Amino acid sequence: MPIIYFVRDSIREMFRGGMVYWLWLISLVGITAWGLGYYVEQLENGLVVTGMSDQVSWGFYLANFAFFVGVAASSVLLIIPAYIFHRVEIKRVVLIAEGMAAAAVIVAMLFVVVDLGRPDRMWHAIPFIGRFNFPISILAWDMLVLGGYLFLNVAIPFYVHYCHYCNREPVFNFYFPVVIIAIFWAISIHTVTAFMFSANSARPFWHTALLGPRFIASAFVSGPALIILTMQFIRRFTDYPVSQEVIKTTALIMTVALQISLFFVGVELFTDFYNESTHAASIRYLFFGLEGLDSLRPWIWTALILNVVGLIILMIHPLREKMLTLNIACISTTIGIWIEKGMGLVVPGFIPTPLGEIHEYTPTIVEYGISIGIFALGILLFTLMAKASIAIELGKVRYQRVRGANEQHTD
Amino acid sequence: MNKENNEENLNLSRRKFIGGIGATGAVALSAGAWGGKTLQDALGDLFQDHYQRMTPEEIKEVLARIERKAKSDYGAEIKCENTPPREKVLFGYALNIAKCKGYRDCVHACVKENNHGRDSQTQYIRVLEMPNGTTDLEKSDHYYNHEQVPQDGKYYLPVQCMQCADPPCVKACPVSATWAEPDGIVVVDYDWCIGCRYCMTACPYWARHFNWTTPRIPPEEVNPQTHYLGNRPRPRGVVEKCHFCIQRTRKGLQPACMDACPTGARIFGNLLDPKSEIRYVLENKTVFRLKEELGTDPKFWYFTD
Repeated sequence: MPIIYFVRDSIREMFRGGMVYWLWLISLVGITAWGLGYYVEQLENGLVVTGMSDQVSWGFYLANFAFFVGVAASSVLLIIPAYIFHRVEIKRVVLIAEGMAAAAVIVAMLFVVVDLGRPDRMWHAIPFIGRFNFPISILAWDMLVLGGYLFLNVAIPFYVHYCHYCNREPVFNFYFPVVIIAIFWAISIHTVTAFMFSANSARPFWHTALLGPRFIASAFVSGPALIILTMQFIRRFTDYPVSQEVIKTTALIMTVALQISLFFVGVELFTDFYNESTHAASIRYLFFGLEGLDSLRPWIWTALILNVVGLIILMIHPLREKMLTLNIACISTTIGIWIEKGMGLVVPGFIPTPLGEIHEYTPTIVEYGISIGIFALGILLFTLMAKASIAIELGKVRYQRVRGANEQHTD
Repeated sequence: MNKENNEENLNLSRRKFIGGIGATGAVALSAGAWGGKTLQDALGDLFQDHYQRMTPEEIKEVLARIERKAKSDYGAEIKCENTPPREKVLFGYALNIAKCKGYRDCVHACVKENNHGRDSQTQYIRVLEMPNGTTDLEKSDHYYNHEQVPQDGKYYLPVQCMQCADPPCVKACPVSATWAEPDGIVVVDYDWCIGCRYCMTACPYWARHFNWTTPRIPPEEVNPQTHYLGNRPRPRGVVEKCHFCIQRTRKGLQPACMDACPTGARIFGNLLDPKSEIRYVLENKTVFRLKEELGTDPKFWYFTD
């Protein structure tokens, strides 16, 4: 059975590498274990070890959740130009992008799991065995679309890699429709995640039709930014060909998305502040503070500055073409969007409370520890998937060759 | 008592031991879920079905287990019932803000009646001190602490679960752990809630509260008359809310907050009974509801004389 060899050889490839590679893996495992230690502490003592409260009942975990759903969605959306515009050089990064999407979905799901008060009861959400409130609950929708998306982004690369492993071309008519489904699915996961927030008429800060478009636009910034950074890593540490064209196209997508994203921010600011109603209390708290309390203010202004710096670099062509400045733009906008969509979006929705109380939220060391652990796990998963993917795509791991070696061995 | 203490210590050291291994699954099982004494009880906790899906026999078993757990966790003898809703009853509440003086007797009676954790500070009722001349909740003071109430220039607005007829919290729950009962009370199955807190996000009245830590009550302060969907001891990591004192009102008693109110500001009753006092208020007084524009159809009205 070649499929067994495929799985075995892929796993073997994942753990084959030089000193630097192993150091990389070991440090990621180490950080994950360190984060797990904090999770054990949280399980033992309850969510009281977080900075969350009845007033601000979602915090850093859900903030990261929103961000990583965006990364997951946008990395697959990069496939659109590859197929629509027949950009061959982008097709090459599609598999990497799907690996990133799969890792990002897992990270997003883990951020929901660590946020649960009763993870031991997760089975309650399994349809029929548990009681899955579908289609009424938007959170149920979110679980469903994220699960489906994970499946798609594991299934497509699995099939394509398997074909390549067996020295044949994947059947286009067989997998292309699935790719199209994945593209629509990508938009759906991020839209549903936005709906999860905007559905709450009790929270005027989120209750805006612009939230969905804002989510998609900002995802198209952070996803491509991470792809550009990752591609350079891959180019430096492997023989995988990553053409400058790919990076140029991705940077262009990112530029347009960032312009739209910042325009949306401006639209929100105008609508909320021109005739300021009580519904604007959250956004006032976010940007300026209320009643002397302003713990989110440094976050959002940092985000705004980082995004504007990124935009300036991206809009000046020579700067966008130069790798150093492009990288600065990628890093600054990734952090900028991470704040804007995380701490800057989730937390102010809770401040003030529906009863007008202003109660601030600061993440605790446990929340940071668990989150960093999940980041590390996500990077680890992506590294392993990319390692196997690249080896198969470069023809280093092939069925024939392996079988030949095996036969020699048994002889 | 001594033996119980020993067992409690054993239980604790076992928790520590399992925690030390770091097997997360085991920790999840031991922390919180393993409150009972026997493995059978622990497994019963873990695999308990949804309240609405259990047979009468299964519910009986669960109620007995809850009573055993109250004994082992709190050292208290309780009676846990599941009194069903009565026919042709739909509960509603009306509150006279002209009479409310901000004493917070309702708040404290509620804490006692509903077995709230004494350290966790969970309270179902928030009395807002409002400056005269406005209904803007952002101008309210939640933590007023005067020598004497009422204060000049203030009025008082108690807020609790409005038992909405179209509750956004119920829609939000991904596992249907919360629902509206036929008598209009929005309840939570504390043994089914996964603790995602999406309902807290959805509630326009900030009526839902989460057990961030295990609620603790001194044994002598535990109210022994409990209801499965009401004031029975809650586990850690789940959401709870005002349930119109389901353990009392389904037996024809008044909710504890109404009982405790010294000014007679609170009127609770059956909306389907044309002769009830609440119907009189709704028909003859100028009433308003909080955030009515959100369309959740709350069953809690405010009025003035």
